[in-house]
Amino acid sequence: MPRLDNAQALTDLRESLKNSFQERRAREISITVGMGTCGQAAGAGDTYQALERELAGRGVTVNLRTVGCIGMCVKEPLVDIQLPGAPRVTYANVRPAQVPRLIEEHVLNGQAVTEWTLGFVPDEW
Amino acid sequence: METDVAVINPQMPSYSELPFYSKQVRIALKNCGIIDPEDIDEYIARDGYQALAKALTEMEPDDVIATMKDSGLRGRGGAGFSTGIKWEFCRRSRNTPKYVICNADEGDPGAFMDRSILEGDPHSLLEGMTIAAYAIGAEHGYVYCRAEYPLAIAHLKTAIAQAEEYGLLGKYILGTEFCFYLHIKEGAGAFVCGEETALMASIEGRRGEPRPRPPFPAVSGLWHKPSNVNNVKSYAMAPQIVLNGADWFSGIGAPKSPGTAIFALTGNINRTGLIEVPMGIPLREIIYDIGGGIPDGKPFKAVQTGGPLGGCLPASALDTPVDFDSLVQAGATMGSGGMIVVDEDTCMVEFARYFLTFASAESCGKCVPCRIGGQRLLECLTRITDGNGLPEDLEEIEYISRNMREASLCALGQLTPGPVMAALRFFKEEYEAHIYEKKCPAKVCKGLITFSVIEEKCEGCMVCLRNCSSDAITGSKRMPHTIDIERCSRCGICATVCKFDAIRIE
Repeated sequence: MPRLDNAQALTDLRESLKNSFQERRAREISITVGMGTCGQAAGAGDTYQALERELAGRGVTVNLRTVGCIGMCVKEPLVDIQLPGAPRVTYANVRPAQVPRLIEEHVLNGQAVTEWTLGFVPDEW
Repeated sequence: METDVAVINPQMPSYSELPFYSKQVRIALKNCGIIDPEDIDEYIARDGYQALAKALTEMEPDDVIATMKDSGLRGRGGAGFSTGIKWEFCRRSRNTPKYVICNADEGDPGAFMDRSILEGDPHSLLEGMTIAAYAIGAEHGYVYCRAEYPLAIAHLKTAIAQAEEYGLLGKYILGTEFCFYLHIKEGAGAFVCGEETALMASIEGRRGEPRPRPPFPAVSGLWHKPSNVNNVKSYAMAPQIVLNGADWFSGIGAPKSPGTAIFALTGNINRTGLIEVPMGIPLREIIYDIGGGIPDGKPFKAVQTGGPLGGCLPASALDTPVDFDSLVQAGATMGSGGMIVVDEDTCMVEFARYFLTFASAESCGKCVPCRIGGQRLLECLTRITDGNGLPEDLEEIEYISRNMREASLCALGQLTPGPVMAALRFFKEEYEAHIYEKKCPAKVCKGLITFSVIEEKCEGCMVCLRNCSSDAITGSKRMPHTIDIERCSRCGICATVCKFDAIRIE
C-alpha cells in the first residue's frame, strides 16, 4: 500500500478505487455473506463453507466476500448474490442445503430463486 | 440497473421499500453489512477518511469542535451530554498529554449496537477517534473493548494496521504534523468498566472501580491527564458530521436530540434486529412498523429501554417520541440502545428481578449503597416472586431505591433500581397481586402457580408423563393423568409438550 502524503492523494485513491470496484462489478459475480458474530451464531459459517464447496465443485469463480451485520438478525444467515451489472439480491435464512440450488439457478442460469429472496440492495446504499 | 431488477423479478422490493428499512436513516450504520470490514479500500471508496482529510487540511481544531457543538450531537452512550462541549472541555485543559478513549465496553444483556459497528465498519470508529484527537490535541487513543468480542477486536486490529499503512493513522497523518496512535485495551467483561472512571482505572492496570467525579475526565482522566471518553456510536457519527456539516445533522431527528438513534431491537418482536432511526420517532413505529409487532398477534405489554439500568414503558406510552428527554420524561431512559419488547406472558416483577440480578451481580462493591442496596433489593423482589412478599416490601423497595439513587458512587448503583422503579410505577397492580393475592397474573413465577390436568381434555397419551422433569405425573394409557403438586417443580414442560391443551396453569 502506498502511503498517502496529502489529502489529494486520498481523493485520487478514492477515485481509482471507485473505478476499479465498478469495473469489477461489471465483470465479476459477487457473493456476500453476513459474517458478523450474529450471522455466525445463526450458522453463516456453515453456509459460507457450503458456498465454497459448491463453487469449487462446479469450478465457478466468484468474488466471495464477507461483510458485517446489516441489521436483520431474524433473517440471518444472509447471502447476497450480484451478477455482473445486476442488483445485489439478498437471500434470507440461507442454510447449506439451499446453496446448490442458489448456485445452479441464480449464479449459473441468472434466475433468482424468488421464494427465498428478501429484496435487493439499492445502488445508493 | 432498474431493467435488471425487472429481469430478475419485477416484484422484488428494494431494501428501501422493506418495512424494516423504510423508516430507518443510516448514518453510523451506513457501511455495516455493505462493505467488507477487513478491506480499508472499500471504506475509502465510500468516502472513508474524507472527513479526516477535511478536518486536517481545511479546519482548525476549534472549527471541528464548533461543528460538533453546532450539530447538537449528544453522547450515544446514554447520558446524552453534548459531544462538542465535551471535546471543548478537554481541549481547554492545560495539562498534557491528552487522551482519546472509546468506550466499547458494551455489556447490557441483549445489546449489540457497538459490536456491530466494530465488526462491520471499524474504520468509521478509527476515523471518528482520529478527528476527536485532532480537535482535542491528543496523540494517543485507546479503544476499551471487552475480550468477549473477539471478532470485533480482530477487525479493529486489522483496521488499525491498514490505516497505519496508508498513513491515515500513526505518524504524520496525510503528510501533516498531526500524529495519532491508537491502542486496544481488552477488558475482562466487568459491567462496571463501562463507567468511564472505572474504565480508565482498568486501562491503567488497576482494578476496575469508579471514583467520584469531579474531577471529570476532561480535566483529570487517564493517568490524571485530560481525557475524552465517548461511546462507539458517537465517534462513528463524527466523520459524517464533519463531512456533511452541522446543519445536515441537526436537521435530522428531534430539535433537542438531533440525529439518529441506534437500537438493538429484541425480545417478543417479529423482526429482531439492529436499527438506526431518526430521533423523535414514536415507539409505536419502531415496534410495529419496523419491528413488525408482537409474534402470534399477542398484545404488547412493555418495552424496556436503557438495558438493565433503564426502565420499562407500558402500552399507554407507545406514542412517546424516542429521544433523550422524552424517554426520561416518560419514565425510561435512552441508554446505550438496548430495546427489549415483552408481551403479556411476561411477569413484570420477574422481568425487573432479572435485570436486578444482573446489575447487583455486576456491582463492583466499592460503595455501600450499591453493594448492599442491590442485594437487599434483590432479596425483596425474590421474596415477592417466591410468593413470600410482605405488604411492607413495596415501601422497602422505594426506600432502598431512593438511597441507592442518591448515595451510590457511580451510575451503576444510581440506576440499578431503575427497572424496578419503572415496573412498580407502571405495573403496580402486578406487584400487589403477587403480595396480597399470592398470584402471578402472567403465570410465570413458580412459587405462585400450580399445574393440573384438565380431565375432560386429557387423552391419556402419556407424553407429559414421560417428559416430566420431576416424575410428578401419574396415570395410565387413555386415562386422564394427574399431577402431584408436591413433587411438581413447575418447569412447565408438560404444558409445552401437551398436544391437547390439557394442562391448566393457575
